[in-house]
Amino acid sequence: MQFQTAHQHTWRKFKSALASTVAFVSAILVIAPLGLVFFHLLANGAGSVNWDFFTKLPGPVGAVGGGMANAIVGSLELLALAGAIGIPVGVLGGVYLAEYGSSRINLVLRFLADVLNGVPSITWGVVVYGLVVLRFKGFSAYAGGLALSLIMIPLILRTTEEVILLVPNGYREAALALGVSRWKTIVHIVMKTASKGIITGILLALARVGGETAPLLFTAFGNHFWNHNLSQPIAALPLQIFTYAISPYDDWHRQAWAGALVLVMGVFCINIIVRVLTRGRAASVV
Amino acid sequence: MPLEQRSAQTRMARPSRFGDRAFELLTLAMALIVVLLIVLIGWQLWHGSVLAIRKFGFHFLATSTWDPVAEQFGALPFIYGTLISSLIALVIAVPLGIATAAYLTELAPLWIRQPLVSLIEMLAAIPSVILGLWGIFVMIPWLRDYPFPWLKRFFGWTPFFSGPTYGPSMLAGGIIIAIMILPIITSVSREILRSVPDLQREAAYALGATRWEATRIAVLSYAKKGLFGAVILGLGRALGETMAVTMVIGNTPQIALSLFAPGYTLASVLANEFTEATTELYLQALFEIGLVLLGITILVNLLAQLLLRTLTTKSATRAVQ
Repeated sequence: MQFQTAHQHTWRKFKSALASTVAFVSAILVIAPLGLVFFHLLANGAGSVNWDFFTKLPGPVGAVGGGMANAIVGSLELLALAGAIGIPVGVLGGVYLAEYGSSRINLVLRFLADVLNGVPSITWGVVVYGLVVLRFKGFSAYAGGLALSLIMIPLILRTTEEVILLVPNGYREAALALGVSRWKTIVHIVMKTASKGIITGILLALARVGGETAPLLFTAFGNHFWNHNLSQPIAALPLQIFTYAISPYDDWHRQAWAGALVLVMGVFCINIIVRVLTRGRAASVV
Repeated sequence: MPLEQRSAQTRMARPSRFGDRAFELLTLAMALIVVLLIVLIGWQLWHGSVLAIRKFGFHFLATSTWDPVAEQFGALPFIYGTLISSLIALVIAVPLGIATAAYLTELAPLWIRQPLVSLIEMLAAIPSVILGLWGIFVMIPWLRDYPFPWLKRFFGWTPFFSGPTYGPSMLAGGIIIAIMILPIITSVSREILRSVPDLQREAAYALGATRWEATRIAVLSYAKKGLFGAVILGLGRALGETMAVTMVIGNTPQIALSLFAPGYTLASVLANEFTEATTELYLQALFEIGLVLLGITILVNLLAQLLLRTLTTKSATRAVQ
């Protein structure tokens, strides 16, 4: 009997160790793609990221060389447009939820924002196509920026609300007790206190939409040349990567890897900035 | 004198409220844009596809001919492709994601947890198109050379692993979706497991449970509903995944049992054909595809919200008690 219990105990210990090992292997499998993608990006793309890549236009079909200067600038222009619409709407909407809304209204708005966050990004492309491209008879940077901004709004709204709710009530009470009006309290005290968190949310949203391709396919459309007229089709880095990746030309594949490396570096840089901003506090990824 | 005092009092008591009203209304307007967006997305997709809906009716969902030249549109192959590729993704991602979440909250040494969480967040940050690029040039050649022949040798007698193995296939699409949804399943599951009260664990350990027994009996089974919610949330993402899938699934509108055969999803057909729609009816049919995709993902997301919400309120009340 004594032996049996000891034996059972060893067996249970063994099972526990086995389960830990299986879980460890799962964790390794989950992050393996990250390592593999990164390795292949460096191996295939690093050689092609050079001065030409950042300064030249895409070469004509078949010609070796050329760069993605217009796509990089186009992406930044699209992000600026998206931010111009998405940031004020998202931040102020989040302020309403955190500071003004009654609990019932908030429940509904929060729920709808979560539903919007679950809408596939390509759907936004379709909607903006119907709203803007069909109506104004043409693909444009405006349409692309709008599509990206619609994705940003619910993301920024939710993160802003969360960080504003973290500001202690004593701050508000102190300001109001000094006779500061409510909106000034919110703007100068509450939002200022929460500014780090708000900026974090904005940066994460920008990093997310900066890599989006699907909503740009039939809004910004892409462009092989320089274009600074926002009512015309515009190039974007993710779009260019997609076009090159599915093309049959080896030199374009090389460029696609280089573009992907640059895009990933941009996205990771933003994520590292976010990590520095939120040191000590885990950023939520949902 | 008393009059002056009174007027001073009124001035103090009633400062201008204009700024406050204006700011509140401004933020309210911005918050209501969320409602506007929901209405807009539904209206636009409905409005854009109303002709196709009238013309094809229920047949749109139940027939499998997609022939833009003959103006015959049936979305069944796309619905099938979306469901099957998402299912494959879940089969791969759910065990891995939940095991990783359990590892991160219960089993792993403390020092390893935060770095692992950061790496998973970085995986979540990789844009879809880049994973697709990697899928085309790295994953598909590898799948074609090693796992596919192996699967064919051992499971070739089933209809699921028969036929030629070109590479771009339903299985490749499912695997790439699995990679895309692993971060969200893992991180939401981790939050769920973290919200399990410590009392549960303490009780299990007090009864002499090993680490794994405590995890299985006290934590995982307690969090069952929330974990289900995490899985459904992952499913919602899987259904709408576009770029990476489009690049590896083969884009052939057919219903084939074999997972080695190419397929097509609702999102991919939008990505590929939207700019090519030459006739009004073709465009309408594509809008209807968008409507179907939106309908499915919203239903799935509603279910996920419901599951996740009831769990958090319940665990919160229990923690308070």
